[in-house]
Amino acid sequence: MDLVVFFVASVCAIASAIAVVAQKNPFVSALALLANLASLAALMLLLEAQFVAAAQIIVYAGAVMVMFLFVIAYVGPRGEIGPGVRKPWLVALSVFAALLIAVEVVVVVMGASLGTVVTVDASYGSPAAIGEALVTDYLLAFEVVSVILFMAAVAGVVFGAGGRPVRLSADQVLAKEGESAVERRREASRAALEAARDSTTGESAR
Amino acid sequence: MSVGIPMFLAVSAILFTIGLIGVLLRRSPLTILLSLEIMLNSVNLTLVAFSRQVGGSDGQVFALVVMGIAAAEVVVGLGLVVAMTRRSMVLDTDELRTLNG
Repeated sequence: MDLVVFFVASVCAIASAIAVVAQKNPFVSALALLANLASLAALMLLLEAQFVAAAQIIVYAGAVMVMFLFVIAYVGPRGEIGPGVRKPWLVALSVFAALLIAVEVVVVVMGASLGTVVTVDASYGSPAAIGEALVTDYLLAFEVVSVILFMAAVAGVVFGAGGRPVRLSADQVLAKEGESAVERRREASRAALEAARDSTTGESAR
Repeated sequence: MSVGIPMFLAVSAILFTIGLIGVLLRRSPLTILLSLEIMLNSVNLTLVAFSRQVGGSDGQVFALVVMGIAAAEVVVGLGLVVAMTRRSMVLDTDELRTLNG
């Protein structure tokens, strides 16, 4: 039974990870990462780490992924960037280096004699056990994480809200994207204006 | 437990490699951040697996701390993406080469 759950969860995790990396649309990538996190939580449950699995779902799937989806929706279609054209030897070198790490780790781990796995009682991995370790042995790390999270929140506000959004003038757009882009923008604003006028006349008629 | 700890470590190594390939080859900052999350989570799985091997709660506390740091990293990364979007910059890591000498 454990073996079946392990194989289903690990195949799901690896397939969704490949989907995250291969998808062009960041929205689909984010949803694939959600599946990846859920499968990893299942693997952690197999290792009897109930609290970490629950935190994984609540913190990642609940909070971090919602933030990701908001930013992806904010950025819109501009975020869709494919792998693009790279020098082939650079791609080959990157994949080779990454695979080298994987092979190395798998060979070492499979060949290592880790000894027997200890048997644990029911309280292993429970919120009480983890909480006790957090506020006794690891109190400093716990406090430092809270300070780092606070600093990150301040940095997020400064990056996200600081400064004024820069609107390009027609000249700058011309210099950047060429004549057709300016024409397209003019066309789009005209269409938006028409649509607004149509909707207001429609409402007054009603 | 019928599944050995090395099996979990192997899955974690494969996930880490996939995330690494994503970070190295993709150009969209959003996808790079998502691949980074895969790498961090695979390391979390390793920590939990070793914690189960030894039978202490230290590895799980470590995994929780990594989760907190990952959340902070995502906030800063996404803040940069939003700032880039507001300044009408191209969301492409190959185009952002102002600091490239």
